[in-house]
Amino acid sequence: MENTTPSFPASLVEVKNLVKYFPVRAGLLQRVVAYVQAVDNVSFSIREGETLGLVGESGCGKTTVGRTMLRLIEATSGEVYFQGQDILKLKGRALKEMRRNMQIIFQDPYASLDPRMPIGESVMEGLHIHNIGTRQERFEIMLDMLKKVGLEDYHARRYPHEFSGGQRQRIGIARALALRPKFIVCDEPVSALDVSIQSQVLNILKDLQAEFGLTYLFIAHNLSVVEHISNRVAVMYLGKMVELTGRDELFRNPLHPYTKALMSAIPIPDPTLKRERIILKGDVPSPLNPPKGCRFHPRCPIADKICAEKEPEFREVSPDHFVACWMAN
Amino acid sequence: MDNKQLLRVKDLKLYFRTRAGEVQAVDGVDFELNYNRAVVILGESGCGKTSLAKAILRLLPRNISQYSGSILLENRDVMTLNEEDFRRSVRWVQMSLVPQAAMNALNPVIRVGEQVAEPAIIHLGVSKQEAMEMAAKMFQHVGVPVDFLTRYPFELSGGMRQRVAIAMALVTSPNLIVLDEPTSALDVLTQANIFNVLKRLKKELGLSFILITHDIATSSELADEVAVMYAGQIIETADAEPFFTNPLHPYSQKLMASVPRLHEQKELDFIVGQPPSLINPPKGCRFAARCPFRFEKCAEEPPVFQKDGREVKCWLYA
Repeated sequence: MENTTPSFPASLVEVKNLVKYFPVRAGLLQRVVAYVQAVDNVSFSIREGETLGLVGESGCGKTTVGRTMLRLIEATSGEVYFQGQDILKLKGRALKEMRRNMQIIFQDPYASLDPRMPIGESVMEGLHIHNIGTRQERFEIMLDMLKKVGLEDYHARRYPHEFSGGQRQRIGIARALALRPKFIVCDEPVSALDVSIQSQVLNILKDLQAEFGLTYLFIAHNLSVVEHISNRVAVMYLGKMVELTGRDELFRNPLHPYTKALMSAIPIPDPTLKRERIILKGDVPSPLNPPKGCRFHPRCPIADKICAEKEPEFREVSPDHFVACWMAN
Repeated sequence: MDNKQLLRVKDLKLYFRTRAGEVQAVDGVDFELNYNRAVVILGESGCGKTSLAKAILRLLPRNISQYSGSILLENRDVMTLNEEDFRRSVRWVQMSLVPQAAMNALNPVIRVGEQVAEPAIIHLGVSKQEAMEMAAKMFQHVGVPVDFLTRYPFELSGGMRQRVAIAMALVTSPNLIVLDEPTSALDVLTQANIFNVLKRLKKELGLSFILITHDIATSSELADEVAVMYAGQIIETADAEPFFTNPLHPYSQKLMASVPRLHEQKELDFIVGQPPSLINPPKGCRFAARCPFRFEKCAEEPPVFQKDGREVKCWLYA
């Protein structure tokens, strides 16, 4: 299938036809009986200094996209270019070198810090692995990073259990930043936090982006948060990318019926507001055996005959607005 | 007494004994709820909102050091009942609970239909046949296909399991349902669906809800009234509309300002610091340490002040 890839000169990361199938094994011999098609032929690019929001329901493959891009999971096929180099082909030292530039902030701040390591050590660990500076220099970088996320020097000797959720997430940010990466995958960084803390973490992410010129892939299911932080937004459904465009364009003029349904479901804290909601029938189908044609067609309110037969191309319908839908014009 | 009143909670206290000291999880909570209304108890993690739900339904752990106050449910003080009477005539008969993460609380080896029917068999004493018919009816109410009755929990999606948990709370036709974070583990689309189900149930069956949540935006879908909880106490109660447009208590204001909204580009606000420990909570106003408006008065505990028919526990409104 032809795939139109958005290509812009200033893209820092470019993902081309990324595929990840997880084998399902069963039986005495643990033979592969099926594949979970977690990510199926996804292409997009992230421009230098921007935040690309990646949204979708649980199980749509958004975390898998983020993790394969960092090679925390090996892709089945496809290419991921970082500054012009295909990182899926890198090995050994070159890969380790590349990893300095690409970091991740995990979803669960309670599970992603070693409970038996003082947090200062956790923040310095990456520096140690990459042999950066002397012990003293590493220590100073660590203190500097803690300060940047609003923590104090004396916190460095404490253990994760002594911190609240918001503080732990900030430690996770400090750890990701210590290596001065160019690109950070933020995998649902605020969904485990209380609202009053969420906004603090979002503000820190924004400030640090401005200070270090960082590029983010911001994975989330909360659309209000994504709107707040992103420059462009990509929407995924069942392993496929269905829409990708600038933030304002997406929120004002969503073209894919799935995006429209998502938009109409966003809760707004205003009881006086009466809105028309698009309620989708049924549940997300299993990625083990996704529907033929357009994967969204069984739940789509405007599906036509062609939708069940042929898969729609991910095409540019207006400048910088990509959508995979037969009905979008 | 007003016969529209379904529930009146007065000076409810629930303290736990722990090795570190006495945890004052619920500390003198008052609120009322009329028939066919929904009150949202808003609060952050650790503010005691789940303990409040447990205190109302008397689902208590062993390490209780104090459990007092009165809970008038349909003009009867259910706090005076003994455990057996409470179980027979109140819990699941007059009010039931959809616990937190209910979708993961279903028994994995029993068909969901049987699980939904079980409260009817136990509390209403109906036959299994009748109970299954009731369960089928409840499935229709919550929008689960009736042929799912014979399925096992793992065969259902998260949203469907949450609906099953709601059906289970409904099967004995109580007037009051306590929902503890009913949608926080679900995706936006599923959340919207569940809230539509709850709204419909309220209209069709005349139910009342106590909705316990930290999710301000989704709670506004269902709320008629709002009670904001902070460090074991209710600090503001109001009708939903004035509350969401103009919260009074500084904590409520800060909380509302930290919610990202659509099409709004202003810098988000956040609340400095953390809520106080419920072991030895601070004297005076419990929010004082984090409050931008604090003054000398705040060293004393504020009483509840009336302001335009709303109640707020803050010296600013003295």
